[in-house]
Amino acid sequence: MSPEQEITRREQRGDAESERRASREVQLIAREHQRALKPNDFHGGVHPPENKHQSTGEPIGSIPLAETLFVPLVQHVGASALPLVKLGERVLKGQMIGEADGLISCAVHAPSSGTVVALEPVPMPHPSGLPVDGVVIRTDGEEQWCELRPCEDFRKLAPLELLDKIRDCGIAGLGGAGFPAAVKLAPHTGTEIDTLIINGTECEPYITADDMTMRERAAEIIAGVEILAYILDEPQRVLIGIEDNKPEAIAAMRKAAEGTRFDVVVYPTKYPSGGEKQLIQILTGREVPNRGLPANVGIICHNTGTARAIYRAVRFGEPLISRVTTVVGEALERQRNIEVPIGTPISHILKHHGVHRGRMQRIIHGGPMMGFTLEDDSAPVIKTTTCILVPTDAELPPPPPAQPCIRCGFCAEACPASLLPQQLYWYARAEDREKLQAYNLFDCIECGACSYVCPSSIPLVQYYRAAKGDIRSAEEEKEKSARARERFEFRKLRIEKAEKEKEEKRRARREAAEQARQQRQENTDAPEAKAAQQEADVVAAALARVKAKQASPEQQLARAQRSLTSAEQRVERLQKKLNEAPEDQRGQLAAQLKAAQIKAAEARQKLAEAEASAGDSAAGPSTVKAAADSSDSSPSADKAQDAIERAKAAAAARASMSDEERLAAELEALKARVTKAEARLEKARAENDANVDAFATALEKMQNKLEQKMREQNNRGGES
Amino acid sequence: MLEWFTAISTPVLVMGGMALAFGALLGFAAVRFRVEGDPLVEKVDALLPQTQCGQCGYPGCRPYAEAIVNGDTINKCPPGGQATINELANLLDMEPVPLDAEHGVEDVRKVAFIREAECIGCTKCIQACPVDAIVGAAKYMHTVIADECTGCDLCVEPCPVDCIDMIPLEASLQDWHPQIPADGVRLIASDRQQHGSSASDKRDAA
Repeated sequence: MSPEQEITRREQRGDAESERRASREVQLIAREHQRALKPNDFHGGVHPPENKHQSTGEPIGSIPLAETLFVPLVQHVGASALPLVKLGERVLKGQMIGEADGLISCAVHAPSSGTVVALEPVPMPHPSGLPVDGVVIRTDGEEQWCELRPCEDFRKLAPLELLDKIRDCGIAGLGGAGFPAAVKLAPHTGTEIDTLIINGTECEPYITADDMTMRERAAEIIAGVEILAYILDEPQRVLIGIEDNKPEAIAAMRKAAEGTRFDVVVYPTKYPSGGEKQLIQILTGREVPNRGLPANVGIICHNTGTARAIYRAVRFGEPLISRVTTVVGEALERQRNIEVPIGTPISHILKHHGVHRGRMQRIIHGGPMMGFTLEDDSAPVIKTTTCILVPTDAELPPPPPAQPCIRCGFCAEACPASLLPQQLYWYARAEDREKLQAYNLFDCIECGACSYVCPSSIPLVQYYRAAKGDIRSAEEEKEKSARARERFEFRKLRIEKAEKEKEEKRRARREAAEQARQQRQENTDAPEAKAAQQEADVVAAALARVKAKQASPEQQLARAQRSLTSAEQRVERLQKKLNEAPEDQRGQLAAQLKAAQIKAAEARQKLAEAEASAGDSAAGPSTVKAAADSSDSSPSADKAQDAIERAKAAAAARASMSDEERLAAELEALKARVTKAEARLEKARAENDANVDAFATALEKMQNKLEQKMREQNNRGGES
Repeated sequence: MLEWFTAISTPVLVMGGMALAFGALLGFAAVRFRVEGDPLVEKVDALLPQTQCGQCGYPGCRPYAEAIVNGDTINKCPPGGQATINELANLLDMEPVPLDAEHGVEDVRKVAFIREAECIGCTKCIQACPVDAIVGAAKYMHTVIADECTGCDLCVEPCPVDCIDMIPLEASLQDWHPQIPADGVRLIASDRQQHGSSASDKRDAA
């Protein structure tokens, strides 16, 4: 064989090899595709009676509009919407009445035209039964739409514009959780989204809202899926998952999906395959990580109803103001699905379905597995109302009392999240938060499969819900206390700093003063210092002069003389009074006299001292007379002399007065004083002064004195 | 004599050298890896509710944490209540004790609220607030930042016009969470029969 032949043979062989390889690859890809479309199974799950036939007999209906609509401002996961309307305002159907507050929030729209009659807490379908802020609209029945912005071809808009549209239309997940759809469609995880899953599972018993929507509105759903795929930049695979117990829905969806690249995947019925994480596992075999999001594994999951709502929002500009809800239960005459405006009171719906209150056991919002009992049937339909179940006692008997856990392990077998429900139950009872988290409590999807299989009828899910809430609130508490600690410590630091600064300033001032003084001492020769010295000298001289003047012996002598004369006069007067006074006042007067005499003696002593010192300081034969003369020469001394003269004259006049006259004068003066004191007391009382008591006692004393004097006068009058 | 000395000198030197080396190492480690503050105080402080209310008799939560580490009782914190006492007992390996009523009783969570029309703007409450949760200025109306208020009560007393109320926090839908269900009534055997049928149905369906 020539080398050329050899080469060609080899080439041929190589060609064949590569061909084979390529074909094998194609096969592999096909198999991979096949494998991907072949649904997987997930751990656990239960098969409760489906009870779906009751509500699928009739097409989706409608009921007359309710007179009053209660529209809660929070119908979704996230922050409450902010109201945009005023009391008494007329609203049109589809008008935004509450705008989204923040990223994870959802707008709220008027479900029908009418008047806003109240902005107040409205009842809300929630296990707590607590009301939430809402808008109450009295409908006018005109169903007048506000101006809508339809869009013929969504491909003309950028994905971001479409997201805005979805956000403005207030679309929240209609599957039951109510997560804002626009937030879900704009993942921030950084992972590329390669799969879009549309969830048409509806695994919970009784509920057929999605089933009926798929049967009747398949085209709208598929159109919505196209929009979703466009927004998510055309993910590799778009899977529409439907359980095999809905053959009509599967047929309708397959028909609508013809000509598109969307795959309708069918898998066996098992509860809870409709759970987001379970469905992802069924369809793709991927597992959503602990506390992660589907977007972390490149998947976005939406409900069929949400897809339809998104289609209507984008195509017609219609906000989410109504939804398809299953109304079911043997206590009703008519069981079916209805498209009902958000905000319609549940009592209104029940009335139009012929509810038999006597047979009704309770009203359940949601399905029998994950729903909750409504205490108040005036609560409205909200965006997450998938079903209103009104069973009879026979249909859904009340759960028997819980028995002790026997550790049978049925719950662990049923758990779709592969948890250990019996362990979680013990730790929830013991409120052992650490252990609960170690056993991955937060991976629990609260499906209720464990409670369903429990032979002791322990309401296990209730324990997990309570424990979750407890841990969440404890975490919030902890966060809050950490913030409080930070603020407390910051405040302490601030106060310390301010104190330090103050201390620093004080020290600086002290030091500056010290320095200045030292400098002054050092530079006594400096001219400024001299000037300061001189100034100080002048002041000192003036002070000395004043002191000298005050202390001058002449003045002291004069003062001593004056006090002596006044004291002697007083003694004289008292003596006289004592002699005249009646028996009962003698003691008092005698005491006064004694005091006056002591004073006079003191004054005499002082005078002697003053005379002595005047004699010393005059350094010569200066006498009292000379001192008087010297004081005479000054004008102030003149004035004093005048005053003394006047006083003497007055005293003389008083002395010359007859006793009666003097008494009368004294009486006059006393009377004047009493009236003055009265006025003062009055004023004090009006102002609620603290001294009222003191004033009152003073007045009383004065009045006593006055009375006494008057009696004295009368006595005199009688004698004479 | 000398022989005896040489015989033991090597081990003595070796042991002595090792002692010195390890001593130096320990000394270095003590300086290098020194822990600032008492870690136990931090742990105790983290469990206290940080209301800084002073009901325990200490001027704040941290001083009380220090006192607990130094041997004070753990039941002096009314805002924390029994839950905090249990956690503290768990941490310190002590027996949980009931709350000491002398320091107050466990109450619902409250926040301060200033009746703003009556506020004269004296700033006394601002100075009293341990977490700076009151805003305002002299001769201007004050108000409480409800989210930051710990409900410690310390602003009520200094107010000269008594315009501060302590209002219990309203239960809101967001904060609500279900409670652990009450234990079921223990059934006697004959009662059990009535429910037996429905329970077995359920299990068959499963």
